[in-house]
Amino acid sequence: MTGYLSLVFELAPLFLINVILAASLNVINGFCGLFSLGHAGFFAVGAYAAAGFTVLVAPEFTAQSPLIALTLACFIGMAASALAGLLVGIPCLRLTGDYLAVATVGFGEIIRIVLLNTEAVGASRGLPGIPDIVPLWFTALATILTLWSLNNLIRSSFGRSILAVREDEIAARSMRVNVRFYKTLAFVVGSMFAGLAGALFAHDRQFIAPNSFGFMVSVQALLMIVVGGLGSQAGAVIGAVIVTAIPELLRLHPALAEIRMLIFGLIMIMIMLWKPDGLIGVLRSLLRKPLKPERAHG
Amino acid sequence: MTIVFTEVVQYLINGIAQGAVYALIALGYTMVYGILKLINFAHGEFYMAGAFFGIVAFSVLGLPPALGTIAVMVATGLLAVLVERLAYRPLRHSNRIAPLITAIGVSIVLLEAARLIAGAHPRPFPQLFENTVYELGTWMPALDGVILQKTQLVIFFTTLVLMALLWFIVNRTKWGRAMRALSVDFDASQLMGVPINRVIAFTFFLGAALAGAAGLLVGMYYNQAEPYMGQLAGLKAFTAAVLGGIGVIPGAVLGALFLGVAEALVVGYGESSYRDAIAFAILIAVLMTRPWGLLGKPERVKV
Repeated sequence: MTGYLSLVFELAPLFLINVILAASLNVINGFCGLFSLGHAGFFAVGAYAAAGFTVLVAPEFTAQSPLIALTLACFIGMAASALAGLLVGIPCLRLTGDYLAVATVGFGEIIRIVLLNTEAVGASRGLPGIPDIVPLWFTALATILTLWSLNNLIRSSFGRSILAVREDEIAARSMRVNVRFYKTLAFVVGSMFAGLAGALFAHDRQFIAPNSFGFMVSVQALLMIVVGGLGSQAGAVIGAVIVTAIPELLRLHPALAEIRMLIFGLIMIMIMLWKPDGLIGVLRSLLRKPLKPERAHG
Repeated sequence: MTIVFTEVVQYLINGIAQGAVYALIALGYTMVYGILKLINFAHGEFYMAGAFFGIVAFSVLGLPPALGTIAVMVATGLLAVLVERLAYRPLRHSNRIAPLITAIGVSIVLLEAARLIAGAHPRPFPQLFENTVYELGTWMPALDGVILQKTQLVIFFTTLVLMALLWFIVNRTKWGRAMRALSVDFDASQLMGVPINRVIAFTFFLGAALAGAAGLLVGMYYNQAEPYMGQLAGLKAFTAAVLGGIGVIPGAVLGALFLGVAEALVVGYGESSYRDAIAFAILIAVLMTRPWGLLGKPERVKV
């Protein structure tokens, strides 16, 4: 029993970080309808900026007052990612649909390749020795604050405009919604919270390398919100928990651990084929129509 | 930095060989996009599958080169038809994001299947012929020091033959006409009795067969095949297709040759560690300035 309990404590930060990551992508992809496949890039920028602060810029200060340093590192990670989001977003967001998806893949890869060639942060060897200064409550608090502020954002007039852009760009524009501005806003906010996830990730793992932020990380983040249901905050949380739990559960059996990515791929295909609204969609349809037999298609 | 003529020629030869391979992959992207407006993210995996099918055809079954190549192309083509039938066709009338996500899923499934079957490490590709190295200086003194490998000649030759064949199919056959009709107006073609499901399956078959041939050629060129080879190559070939104007068949070839040469020059004259970034930089620059590509036409959004 204590074994399971310690496992929960060991994995809790990872779950929470992935919840932040999924919620942040959900702003871009779910609420604003911008198909981004470069989220790992912003996650990486946050991780490197925060770890750069605690390891390279202010190691003494971090040793003296770790909590203040950690808070600062988180803000630095968020600011760096928000800036990266702005720089990528301004040119990219002129594109739509699949073109945008490919451009964000390109930017995500460029961020990784630049990190891979930056000697100051260890290039391909990565950045080791990041101090272990994140208590679990801090990550939990950060997660709650993230969900709370994103919730507030989406319920504000800003959020309504963002949703309007997703639903119908041309109709939104004719209602004097500044489409460009709200797309950029959603992109920057999403990137910013990805940066927070990155900052926490770096200090949780205590080691980061460019290749821990590859294309597959973006795909996994996407998988989380797809499993949960695009555009639903609760869906993002559920999806993040499930997608994080699957490999950990499969790890209990070595043969299953080998095929976890295969299972991810199959889940992605099957959800899109049969339940494109994700688990939240399934839950909603169950709650709305209890005990009513499903009508045949046709 | 001095620019030496023979060096430039050497980089051009290497770049065109690489570009020819990108072209074969890019054609599949562009044909599928032209008809379905779908970025087939799994297309790079057909190229990877081609390399592994090549190992099976030549090392395991011991087929002669020509027959083996055809067998590999048919096998990759059928794989793509299967993928289209199971994963893309059911989503043809949904929004545009759903098939994109499915395509990523298919890509992961194919990649992981290859990794589980063949292992994560590179597998040796059988040598089909003696790779003679030709010194061009012996024929033309101005080109002293420039070398041309026999594998590169085989790549040029095979690519040219396959492209001629593709040109013939698209422009001179009934199936090709149906493909072109679908890319102009999907619904009208359907009303005119074009069997859309079969034409789309045929398009996937053609595109994947070309990608399979590309995988075979690259396996032969570098003497190895590995499960991850399709990811980057797929993204780069897609870049090439966008650069040339996605949906435009000659554009894919032009874009691919441009990309191949650009990469060879970056490796030759700059930082080879940035080689992979070049494709993405080009991709983004094109998307920013001229998203319809070199040979495409801008599309207007109508309400």
